[in-house]
Amino acid sequence: MKILVCLKQVPAKDAPLKLAPDATWIREDVSYEVNEPDAFALEAALRLKEAHGGEVVALTVGPARAAQILREALAKGADRAVHVEGSAHLDAYAAAEAITRAIAGESFDLICTGLQSDDDGFGQTGVIIAELLGAPHATIIMQIEPAGEKRIKVKRELEGGNFQFVEMPTPAVLSIQSGINKLRYATLMGIKQAKNKPMAHTTLEEVGVAPSLNRQVLHKLFLPVKSKGTTRIEGNPKEQAAALLQHLRQDAHVL
Amino acid sequence: MNPILVVTEQKITAPGKFNPATWEVIAAAQQLGATLGATVVAAVLEAGDSGMAAECATRQLERVLHGQHALLAAYAPDVWVQTLEQIITQVQPSFVLLPHTYQVRDYAPQLATRMGAALISDVTGFGFEAGEPRFIRPTFQGKWAAEVGFARGDSADVKPGFVTVQIGAFRGDQAAMGAAAARVDAVTVTPQPSRLQAGEIFQEAKHAVDLTQAPIIVSVGRGIKEPKNLDMMRELAAALGGELAASRPICDAGWLPMDRQIGSSGQTVAPKLYLAVGISGAIQHLVGMKGSRTIAAINKDPEAPIFEVADYAVVGNLFDVVPALIAALKESPA
Repeated sequence: MKILVCLKQVPAKDAPLKLAPDATWIREDVSYEVNEPDAFALEAALRLKEAHGGEVVALTVGPARAAQILREALAKGADRAVHVEGSAHLDAYAAAEAITRAIAGESFDLICTGLQSDDDGFGQTGVIIAELLGAPHATIIMQIEPAGEKRIKVKRELEGGNFQFVEMPTPAVLSIQSGINKLRYATLMGIKQAKNKPMAHTTLEEVGVAPSLNRQVLHKLFLPVKSKGTTRIEGNPKEQAAALLQHLRQDAHVL
Repeated sequence: MNPILVVTEQKITAPGKFNPATWEVIAAAQQLGATLGATVVAAVLEAGDSGMAAECATRQLERVLHGQHALLAAYAPDVWVQTLEQIITQVQPSFVLLPHTYQVRDYAPQLATRMGAALISDVTGFGFEAGEPRFIRPTFQGKWAAEVGFARGDSADVKPGFVTVQIGAFRGDQAAMGAAAARVDAVTVTPQPSRLQAGEIFQEAKHAVDLTQAPIIVSVGRGIKEPKNLDMMRELAAALGGELAASRPICDAGWLPMDRQIGSSGQTVAPKLYLAVGISGAIQHLVGMKGSRTIAAINKDPEAPIFEVADYAVVGNLFDVVPALIAALKESPA
């Protein structure tokens, strides 16, 4: 199976975020990492290749720094990578356009994305890629296996602890749920070998994608408005513990 | 102003019964329509007539569109997209509002893209700027909120703005009832069979614990760092007389079984006390617990989104605060 995995570089989970001066995004001076659901998508693709053969291609759309997550993907076992470089902030539709245009001429059996990104959280890019390619899709995937010639069977997670198996023809697009598998670390050997693996480079300009393609506009970011009057409990840990218990007993009457 | 179309949803495990998120979306559409001067039309899609269209028509709506087709007996994304494309082409709505369920997340981006439109997902509220709605949605896992609008195209064609409404953001009981039942119009829909073959819906295992009945829940997240620290959390839960639960990453890592997971993919709970320890409060988690009567949270990040729903916020290192809590509870038990 020839598999494309779409990865996004996002601010690290515990990075303190500061608003950029124009308030439409955060300041760039934070540490970055691969979007967690995308890491699970990569792992799922690598396991499919190991079990059934084929090729895994890692792709990202993002600024120069985003090449780091492609190097990590190559070190973990991806065969080659594609970097669509550009720093424009794209919505899910424009990102999907950039991805499908960058892979025009290649025919993948499977395209995997994470379920959603930890920054924008659109949760749409994979489904839009499927629509642009005219391919079937399934989301929130917890298991993937081939089901005969040019077919796959997946396990979808539904709400409230329910699941469902779905079969579909390939090429297909899957958005992968976190926790589908256990993530691997790159080995020293893998890191060495990654240096000799091909990384194709193109730009948003070359694929003809600009923010003018965005169908939604992010006007501003702000700290969420608190919906509750929250009591902050100050002091050292012992004082905080005592005060919390007192509030729970005497004000909230829940203990 | 063209009407606002609400796409209703059935419960996945109980055909013929509405997913209650439907009423929340109708409430949101009524509020949006009140400012825009737009009426609200609802679409009910099903295989036969279960009475859902009539039930929907008790709400204050301009009309209910009832699409019936044998292929609508079970959900499939391509069938839903074709059916709704046909309905939307007839209605020409200004906005299409849908509940932010797993099912809608599966097909709505495809539907919007096919119609040359955009989908603003996860919406928790809206305001107006020069008469245009601006939608509020979480970004960065809820650490920030974003104000988002639809890009203005050059085309004069009506391209509806698709919006998914986050569960719990609007109150279903605030969906206004109509003075009389709304008109129910049967609409002809002709979807093609799905390319996907879906099996039966099933559960992995019976829930060993029913967290929905627990009066006190101590819930742990990524902040506990290592599985061995769960012992301390078990001790705290025991001292409070509560059940131990967790956010998704803890169950993904296998530190606690999946039936202890709180959130959109796990259980939805409303205990009298929910104590969140080391949980940042991503929207998927908040959906599962924000109906709790009293919420207390311990987290070292003062900007953690969990504090937005918490009644009591303890900003501090859980490895210091939890032992102090256990000690205090041992001195005077709950």
